[in-house]
Amino acid sequence: MNKTYWQENLRLVGICLAVWFMVSFGFGLLLVDVLNEVTIGGFQLGFWFAQQGSMYVFLPIIFFYAWRVTRLEKKYGVDETDKADASASRDE
Amino acid sequence: MSLTALTYLVVGVTFALYVGIAIWSKARDTGDFYVAGKHVHPVANGMATAADWMSAASFISMAGLIAFLGYGGSVYLMGWTGGYVLLALLIAPYLRRFGKYTVPEFIGERYYSRTARVVAVICLIVISFTYVAGQMRGVGIVFSRFLGVDVATGLFVGMGVVFFYAVLGGMKGITYTQVAQYCVLIFAYTVPAVFISLQVTGVPIPQIAFGSDIAGADVPLLVKLDQVVTDLGFAAYTSGAKGHVDMFFITLALMLGTAGLPHVVVRFFTVPKVRDARISAGYALLFIAILYTTAPAVGALARWNLTNTIQAGPVGEADANLAYEERPEWFRTWEETGLLKVSDKNGDGRIQYYNDANPEFAERAREYGWRGNELTVDRDIIVLANPEIAGLPDWVVALVAAGGIAAALSTAAGLLLVISAAVSHDLLKGVIAPRISERQELLAGRISAAAAVAVAGYLGFDPPGFVAEVVALAFGIAASSLFPVILLGIFSLRVNREGAIAGMLSGLLFTVGYIVYFKGYMAPLGGNVADNWLFGISPEGIGVLGAALNMAVAIGVSAMTRRPPEHVRELVERIRLPA
Repeated sequence: MNKTYWQENLRLVGICLAVWFMVSFGFGLLLVDVLNEVTIGGFQLGFWFAQQGSMYVFLPIIFFYAWRVTRLEKKYGVDETDKADASASRDE
Repeated sequence: MSLTALTYLVVGVTFALYVGIAIWSKARDTGDFYVAGKHVHPVANGMATAADWMSAASFISMAGLIAFLGYGGSVYLMGWTGGYVLLALLIAPYLRRFGKYTVPEFIGERYYSRTARVVAVICLIVISFTYVAGQMRGVGIVFSRFLGVDVATGLFVGMGVVFFYAVLGGMKGITYTQVAQYCVLIFAYTVPAVFISLQVTGVPIPQIAFGSDIAGADVPLLVKLDQVVTDLGFAAYTSGAKGHVDMFFITLALMLGTAGLPHVVVRFFTVPKVRDARISAGYALLFIAILYTTAPAVGALARWNLTNTIQAGPVGEADANLAYEERPEWFRTWEETGLLKVSDKNGDGRIQYYNDANPEFAERAREYGWRGNELTVDRDIIVLANPEIAGLPDWVVALVAAGGIAAALSTAAGLLLVISAAVSHDLLKGVIAPRISERQELLAGRISAAAAVAVAGYLGFDPPGFVAEVVALAFGIAASSLFPVILLGIFSLRVNREGAIAGMLSGLLFTVGYIVYFKGYMAPLGGNVADNWLFGISPEGIGVLGAALNMAVAIGVSAMTRRPPEHVRELVERIRLPA
């Protein structure tokens, strides 16, 4: 198995999950009272993250991950498009 | 045309559409029946997943729940969307790469054990039947409220339609009807939301109206709402009453549960490629977020509308409250259904709506001559009555009925399919009779789907008293039994058969035990109050501790027993690479 591909993938997953945690549990729950001191439009910022913002960030996290991991696959030659080489790449 | 006739027409047209799609997409083999032949486009799968996921509860109840919980309702918004990030990053692509048909099948092969597979099937069946009972109930309720037929008749019609397309089309039929159902339900949800936003704030987009000023006043909706509800003795809308620790655990439990729910996970088996599984989770979340970002806006707008209708002037002034005789038309309609109840406790002919459980407010209420809260509101009314409150035309009301039915049917079908696949593929083909042919297995799948529809219909007609409570149980079980072993099965090479079985059982028993202890279905053993909870975690959030226990036991037991055999190591290394 290709160790480096897997390690880079895990690093990418870790970064994405850190952002995921920050916007929901961080901004929406743990820091909500601090952020509520700030208002944007008619929203208190912490409340906005809990009921709107966290979801707006979850979406790009998934698409960002999908895009970057596809690049990783190409870099290490493990992407699905060259199905013919699938068995070869598995033996690396 | 009368409203009832119009509702029949709209619901009838949508049913004809679902049946037509079912005939067009009939399943030809077990591949079609279990995973739609793995030919589903990622965008279509995203829509189908969204419809699969958003149940009668999301469509009918969630906005109302948030309207009365305020900030506390955020747990549902973050919990039921954040799980998709976990699915896309940690689960979906690897299970798609595994390339088989069911979740128990993965657990059985990864942990080289029929016992593990059977334990997974048991978890799956408990989770799915719990859910499906609520959906069938939802179908019956929508029928009885909008079409004036009794709940049983509504149930039979709903069962008939699901029976037709789930049994005939299997996963393939379900997928394409779910795409249609998504379109119906999202249209039905957003149209009234746009109008009610316009009415209150003059801004057409609910997500923006949510943070805008109230029309004709220079005050933001949320600021005004906070002020009005606290004046009436309720907790401020934007801060709520739930403890932060408990909110943290409930949110996480809902996220882990989402990522471990079999009927959601299996949707990602239907796309052609591993890459599609990731992208498809993104589309699913996009389609879900359209409803989930609208719901809190609807909740706040509706709470404002309701409060403002009842408490038209300054709190405490004698003529500031709505006179019962002058109540609006929609109020009368919904009183007839019993979802709104008024009892004039102080006999002044006016309605007082305030928090009579707040001791600090009691003194002032006495001064005003109020004798207790006089209005009881069922939270479901927030979505169901929205079009009438906003004064929208009848076709919108008819559309909301069709949307509610679409939400319930799509989720029910997805759940019934994973149940039938677990029976025909995991139990029959996998354990009891491995030699049956492909055609026999397909037949068995159809028979078990039909049986599951019948059981679900019965549960919907005569729900055990605890249906409302068991939602916590379904998420708790998914989070504490299936999610950890799927995750460890992908990310650990060392966790073995003994570890997985011990882990699943301890997570399951702990979680079910905790929930039964506090919500016990005969009589609760312990008072379900924060002082009694372990670390202040309510039964809704306990799945997180169950999941942690599951993982700790799985890793601990594995470390003391033999490594998994070489072919399992190869399996894990294979699914980690896309090709």
